Amino acid sequence: MKELLSGNAAIARGAYEAGISVATGYPGTPSTEILENFAKYPDIYAQWSPNEKVALEVGAGASIAGARVLVTMKHVGVNVAADPLFTLAYTGVNGGLILVSADDPGMHSSQNEQDNRYYALVNKMPCLEPADSQEAKDMVGLGLEISEQFDTPVMLRVTTRVSHSQSFVEMKEPGTRTLRPYAKDPVKYVMVPAHGRMRRVFLEERMAKLQEYSENCPLNTIEWGDKNIGVIASGISYHYAKEVLPQASILKLGMTNPLPEKLIREFAAGVDSLLVIEELEPFLELQIRAMGIALKGKEMLPSYGELSSALIAKALMQEGIEVAEEFRPMGQATQEVAAAAEPLPGRPPVMCAGCPHRGVFYTLKKQKLVVSGDIGCYTLGSLSPLSAIDTCICMGASIGAALGMEKANPEMGRKTVAVIGDSTFLHSGITGLMDVVYNGGSSTVLILDNRTTAMTGHQENPATGATLMGNPAPAVDLEAIARAVGVKRVRTVDPMQLSEIDRAVKEEVAAAEPSVIIVRRPCALLKNNKTPEPIEVDETLCINCGMCMKLGCPAISRQEGKVAISTIQCRGCGLCVQLCQKGALKKRGEQNA
Amino acid sequence: MLKPLNILLVGVGGQGTILATRIMAKAAQDAGYDIKVSEIKGMSQRGGSVVTQIRLGEKVYSPLISEGKADAILAFEKMEALRWLSHLKDGGSIIINDQAIPPMPVLTGATVYPADCLERVQQSTAKTTIVDALKIAVQCGNPKAANVVLVGLLAKRLPIAKELWINALRVRVPEKFIDINLKAFEEGYSL
Repeated sequence: MKELLSGNAAIARGAYEAGISVATGYPGTPSTEILENFAKYPDIYAQWSPNEKVALEVGAGASIAGARVLVTMKHVGVNVAADPLFTLAYTGVNGGLILVSADDPGMHSSQNEQDNRYYALVNKMPCLEPADSQEAKDMVGLGLEISEQFDTPVMLRVTTRVSHSQSFVEMKEPGTRTLRPYAKDPVKYVMVPAHGRMRRVFLEERMAKLQEYSENCPLNTIEWGDKNIGVIASGISYHYAKEVLPQASILKLGMTNPLPEKLIREFAAGVDSLLVIEELEPFLELQIRAMGIALKGKEMLPSYGELSSALIAKALMQEGIEVAEEFRPMGQATQEVAAAAEPLPGRPPVMCAGCPHRGVFYTLKKQKLVVSGDIGCYTLGSLSPLSAIDTCICMGASIGAALGMEKANPEMGRKTVAVIGDSTFLHSGITGLMDVVYNGGSSTVLILDNRTTAMTGHQENPATGATLMGNPAPAVDLEAIARAVGVKRVRTVDPMQLSEIDRAVKEEVAAAEPSVIIVRRPCALLKNNKTPEPIEVDETLCINCGMCMKLGCPAISRQEGKVAISTIQCRGCGLCVQLCQKGALKKRGEQNA
Repeated sequence: MLKPLNILLVGVGGQGTILATRIMAKAAQDAGYDIKVSEIKGMSQRGGSVVTQIRLGEKVYSPLISEGKADAILAFEKMEALRWLSHLKDGGSIIINDQAIPPMPVLTGATVYPADCLERVQQSTAKTTIVDALKIAVQCGNPKAANVVLVGLLAKRLPIAKELWINALRVRVPEKFIDINLKAFEEGYSL
């Protein structure tokens, strides 16, 4: 039976069919839906971990215990997991282990663009790159066999266009979930230097065997066609190449570490000119060039952003290479009309109507504070008109960066705060907070606790009181954690009370010791969050001063010189009511109160 | 070989673009086509643009539709119709929901919502259909069914039998909303 599945759903299905019984990860676009889908299958165990490092460590333990394991994260998550990953490559596995790295070329929702195939290269682990959903599913099964046969973790590297594209997948019956027997083997699993040195030699032997496998495996195949042009491509680039150069010979690489050198030489020798079409870094190109093979690659294609058939076609045409007819220049009347128009207003994402943390950013801006920001919805507080965030580097960086500012310039430290979400604080903010206390900082940290991991679509985390599989869980006490790491000034405020936040921030920034303000109110989009009555404008009282507009609430607009509130969008949070000096904004039904 | 048919759905977060895409994909699947669907939705919940791409045909490789290569665009919001117009091929069809959702820079007064979106699309070679889907959906009993009114409009222009659309609706739409959605589809289909 064929089903239309996204790459992520296909990976989950592949894991189920291939007998994976433990899956862990941390949510991050474009990887999130893998675990969300896998968690729905029967007789398996799936969990969100507080961060990617812990997720991989849990995965390592489950593998050593004999289970087949899936660990998922986005590309930047692998940076967090890199520490256990490099040593896991030494210990190898017992039950097969697949690490999914979901890369985001073009940065649809990421802070950087990194090509994680390099992790596989430097880490000496196999890397598989599916081009569509069927391959994504199949490569989980094959990857597990490789993992067990060669005693290695395997990286399954996908990109946004594979994760979030849907194509047909042939469904199969689920496999059996069996545990391989565990045998104590300290030389393999206890990486003291003496053992590590032995395993280091094993890495080289393993790579040599994997190289042989790569030469002959079904993942790397030549599709002979016209021999004037040969294309080497992997992942989604394969489909772009097929479309632009339908007649060309193609070497499709599904396994990109280690590379099949003999196969590449055979292919290169069989074609007149060789092109490497790959997204992001010249990962294949540099290695193939190092084999002494001449080719064209990044001198025609960009090493940043996403590729597309059109972009590749344009580049090839500039090289004088003939491309499929549909990519040749054609009548462009419609495009000219579109291009002639003035630039349209952009549609930037905004903090939702009713977001409880909008008032926090309003307050921080009003107090002219330097705001060290973090990763999550609240990064949107950097956009106009709130414009209240100065930095955003990576998960958990806000607190350390605030401490650094203070150490570099005490004057700046006295007007700096860090903001971080509940999930992000538990991910990697907590260590930064320890650093503030330990190294005598006086930073003020606002934990914007909306009781969920909102940006990626409301995943549970250790503070929400529930698990990925829907079981109740003890919720972490953020106040107690802050105190336990040594913060004496810990207070909790309701962000719907602007005067309360204002006072709390002023007092804590002025204090000469570390402080944590837990700003707590559930995300407006949580299902059990009831919508109160919308706010209405009393036009007889409104003087059109624009104070309410400063909140950047998408429900509030100015039409024909008067403020209007969209009853469809407004969630009745009442922040604007608190800002209105003239009493012109009221909850519905309170006009006569 | 039959060339893939390229359809772009563009709108704003919350308008039901993703559900519309899934209904279309299901109908196309049952009609026996190869399909690729691509979604970019990371920021959609927060008022950003939502764009989904559907390609159907005998054999489809890339999930992406290039500029100037869409056979049809289904626009859930009229400025988004103009924004994505350059993706339409010359003489392609565009169905536009006559609804304006002003983005934040317009709400704050930093810039102005273009009043002539529809006229500008009509100046192109596109075969333009304009419909007040929201109004029709309200008449059907739920403003949220505007997406299915639009699906109905597009359905009539695609080589997929009507029964397959109805079946796709039954499979993809939650049961308690199915009657309103079937009505909304019929309204769109009959336009």
